[in-house]
Amino acid sequence: MNRDTDRAKLFGRRAAFLGAAKLALLGGLAGRMYYLQIIEGSRYATLADENRINIRLLPPPRGRILDRFGKPLADNEINYRVLIVAEDTEKAGGMKATLERLSQIVDISPKEIQRVLRDARRRRSFVPIKVVENLTWEEVASIQVNSPDLPGIDIDVGQSRNYPNGETLAHVLGYVAQVSEDDLTGDPLLELPGFRIGKAGVEKVHDLALRGAGGTSQVEVNALGRIKRELERREGEPGVEVELTIDIELQKFVEQRVGEESAAVVVLDVHTGEILAMSSQPGFDPNAFNKGLTTAYWRSLVNNEKSPLINKALVGQYPPGSTFKMVVAIAALEAGVIGPEQKIFCNGVTELGNARFHCWKKWGHGHMDLNEAIEQSCDTYFYEIAKRLGIDRIAEMSRRFGLGEPVDIDLPGARSGVIPTRDWKTATIGQPWQRGETLIAGIGQGYVLTTPLQLAVMTARLVNGGMAVQPHLTRNIGGKPAHLNEPDRIDVSPRTLKLIADAMDAVVNSPKGTAKSSRIEDETMKMGGKTGTAQVRRISKSERDTRVLKNEELEWRERDHALFVGYAPVSAPRYAVSVVVEHGGSGSAAAAPIARDVLEEVQRRSILPPLPPKTVAAAENRPEQDRSPLQQVNLSGQSR
Amino acid sequence: MRGLISSRASEMTLREKVWQINWSLILLIVATASVGFAMMYSAANGSFDPWATKQMARFGVGMVIMLFIALLDIRFWLRSAYLAYALALALLIAVEVFGSIGMGAQRWIAVGPIQVQPSELMKIALVLSLARYFHGINLEDVNRVTSFIPPILMILLPTALVLRQPDLGTAMMLAAGGVVLMFLAGVRLWIFVAGGVAALASIPIAWQFLRDYQKQRVLTFLDPETDPLGAGYHILQSKIALGSGGMFGKGFLQGTQSHLSFLPEKQTDFVFTMLAEEFGMIGGLGLLGLYALLLIYGVFIAMRSRSHFGRLLAMGVTVTFFLYVFINIAMVMGLVPVVGVPLPLISYGGTAMLTLLMGFGLLMCVYIHRDVTFGRRGEEET
Repeated sequence: MNRDTDRAKLFGRRAAFLGAAKLALLGGLAGRMYYLQIIEGSRYATLADENRINIRLLPPPRGRILDRFGKPLADNEINYRVLIVAEDTEKAGGMKATLERLSQIVDISPKEIQRVLRDARRRRSFVPIKVVENLTWEEVASIQVNSPDLPGIDIDVGQSRNYPNGETLAHVLGYVAQVSEDDLTGDPLLELPGFRIGKAGVEKVHDLALRGAGGTSQVEVNALGRIKRELERREGEPGVEVELTIDIELQKFVEQRVGEESAAVVVLDVHTGEILAMSSQPGFDPNAFNKGLTTAYWRSLVNNEKSPLINKALVGQYPPGSTFKMVVAIAALEAGVIGPEQKIFCNGVTELGNARFHCWKKWGHGHMDLNEAIEQSCDTYFYEIAKRLGIDRIAEMSRRFGLGEPVDIDLPGARSGVIPTRDWKTATIGQPWQRGETLIAGIGQGYVLTTPLQLAVMTARLVNGGMAVQPHLTRNIGGKPAHLNEPDRIDVSPRTLKLIADAMDAVVNSPKGTAKSSRIEDETMKMGGKTGTAQVRRISKSERDTRVLKNEELEWRERDHALFVGYAPVSAPRYAVSVVVEHGGSGSAAAAPIARDVLEEVQRRSILPPLPPKTVAAAENRPEQDRSPLQQVNLSGQSR
Repeated sequence: MRGLISSRASEMTLREKVWQINWSLILLIVATASVGFAMMYSAANGSFDPWATKQMARFGVGMVIMLFIALLDIRFWLRSAYLAYALALALLIAVEVFGSIGMGAQRWIAVGPIQVQPSELMKIALVLSLARYFHGINLEDVNRVTSFIPPILMILLPTALVLRQPDLGTAMMLAAGGVVLMFLAGVRLWIFVAGGVAALASIPIAWQFLRDYQKQRVLTFLDPETDPLGAGYHILQSKIALGSGGMFGKGFLQGTQSHLSFLPEKQTDFVFTMLAEEFGMIGGLGLLGLYALLLIYGVFIAMRSRSHFGRLLAMGVTVTFFLYVFINIAMVMGLVPVVGVPLPLISYGGTAMLTLLMGFGLLMCVYIHRDVTFGRRGEEET
């Protein structure tokens, strides 16, 4: 009995110890629970929410682009897509069988079916996979009629960008396309599969405004990623509408008028700088970029020698030829190197050292004053005044008219052209300036390069009373005016400007003018302007001695560029136009008729409202003179 | 005097025994199991199928077996102890020879229509046979070297077999349960210290015998966040679920981690996590409280027993029960490696439920026969 008592006592002690140890261990578990649930509780609560809550972005609808009268230039069309959910097709013989049945209703190639099956293998069976998109309404209807035989097939309604006018205005509008690696800015919208952003033109410049802000939808998902329910939804901000200064009907007219030529045309409001039309031909279909380019179409664009992908109005740099002469003339008058009545004798050739500079008229124009020199585009006259001016004074005056410097326009990629100076030549070519080069520059050849847009701006500044208008395309963004700045004055005397405007009037409306065949008959719509023919090749001495080849005898690439800058109406200039026809031949034959038709059309359409009083007042309050040169043009316009 | 009491007890009628059944213990068991039913219902997203109904049926059967075991004479269990051990060992060997594979390990054997896990039964059988062995040895003899050999063999044999299956958790529980019984029987403390040092020293050797997935589990346990989508996923998700429950929990059927399948094995090994996620720390402490009461009851019954067999048996069952609780909860909280030990009376699973209720049956049997004393082989003491 004692023996049992001893071991019972020992057992009792040890059992009590064990009991206490167990309770202590349970207490440890409770402590751990306190640590996890109370001290670290909020951290784990966040982790649990991160597990179960997925935030999905809701892409906002992209803002429309409208013309100045509210006509849509870019809008969104409904895009019907067919999606397939693998796990739902199991009842009906699996994905392959379902896709084959679907291919009897809509056109799906066996290759596409292979792609869908491959995609499906890589994803979980409840994830929808895109089969085809851009379905017509008829196709959607027939899929819906057959839906009992097509389990797992869903129609999804999305939006895709649409350009209702096709190629018209394509360069200005640009296009949207898939986001590339370089486009990522941290905006999560950009990482959304299938999201598209503006890649060129207005679509690119105003991308942020057009894009809007994405909404979010919080969904609860399980461990496999399957959506259980939507917890919260916050709608985003749709992109705002962007209204352009373009008149799409005028734009269509211009593009139709240019036809098959490789050409650029810009039409400006001379007082505001609003661009009413800007065409670069040939164009491309921006819809193709959005909906997927075919290789054939892409090749046809890239291999076309007329460069349809380039906006020639902005990017094309051409020697201005004789259209540059107004600027040279103003520089000479303002510098006092020649008076308006002073005559220079043209015998067809000017010699400088042992170099010979030819006038386009082989036997010369005879005695020329300023008005006649512009009217008949006498090269000798301009060789002489350029020689007297020197290149730097020509360049200085050119810049006041917006040449040779960057154009401040709301489109990407505009080039600045080239207006050479001594310093420029040393810096870029590394050779000293030659005097002969000043003469060549005086007739807008040699190093001088301008874009069609710059020429239009130059013309506007010539006839708007000396205001440095800046060209622009955007009128309103989301209902708010985009451009309010008053243009600066360019420091040129109104008397000089009047002389130039008179001369440009004479170019078209006098019997000796180079563009006389392109005059507008209607007295109220008459236009003034200047032709230009820019030589692309060098005419060698031997060729000049025998016979200069005519344009028609040359390869397209070697023919002269045809240019024309003009304004209308002569009585009170409101519109400026520049036309450049690449390798089109002479300015008077190829460019002036286009300019005439465009200026006639723009006036017939009377696009612009009457001038706001402020602008008129500004135009009338000239120093030195009580009448504006514009009005004087009106009074004296018919003198030649 | 003693003879009188013992003879009276040995002649207890069935009616007297039924009166002696510890009804408050039964109430505690039912309460704990009911928590389990609620969790099974929640694990099935608010449905009695497929788990809750089956679990209740098993519990019902288990209760009948428990009462039957409790009402049998304690000396019957003394006499059957070695036989039970031999049977359990035979089943373990049978599993080794032609058991079926489940969860990457060979654990199950079919006995008629029922799938049995012999390693679970062994937990009870080992306690029974060790209790019988030490019941028959005087305190002076306990610390003789020759006296160690049978109990150590008794522990090592099934432990090695279970380890081979491989089932690290159960093997640990068998070894720990056996060692605790030796401790209670009076083996000197320095021997445990020496054994502990030897065990530590053998860890590098034992490491060689572990399967890759076991090694992975241990490594993952040591640093779970290095591999959050791989092997560490379970522990990490369990801690997130538990921690996110906070003080009051997310509400019944509202556990996001459990119901959206982030929590693995929510109806079996990780059921405590689901409970703590849905009922918070309050719910978790409530369950721990129930377990603590059951443990205190066990210790009380063991102390109250006048036979050494009864004492050791009651304490052995209590310790086994404690090991289940502790290993499981420590595992889901990331305190010990994931070893696959169920939460007693709550986790879904038949064999563990049966083992535990058999254990509680023996505990009650000890209580009913608390005043019965008997000799080495269960004979009347003189």
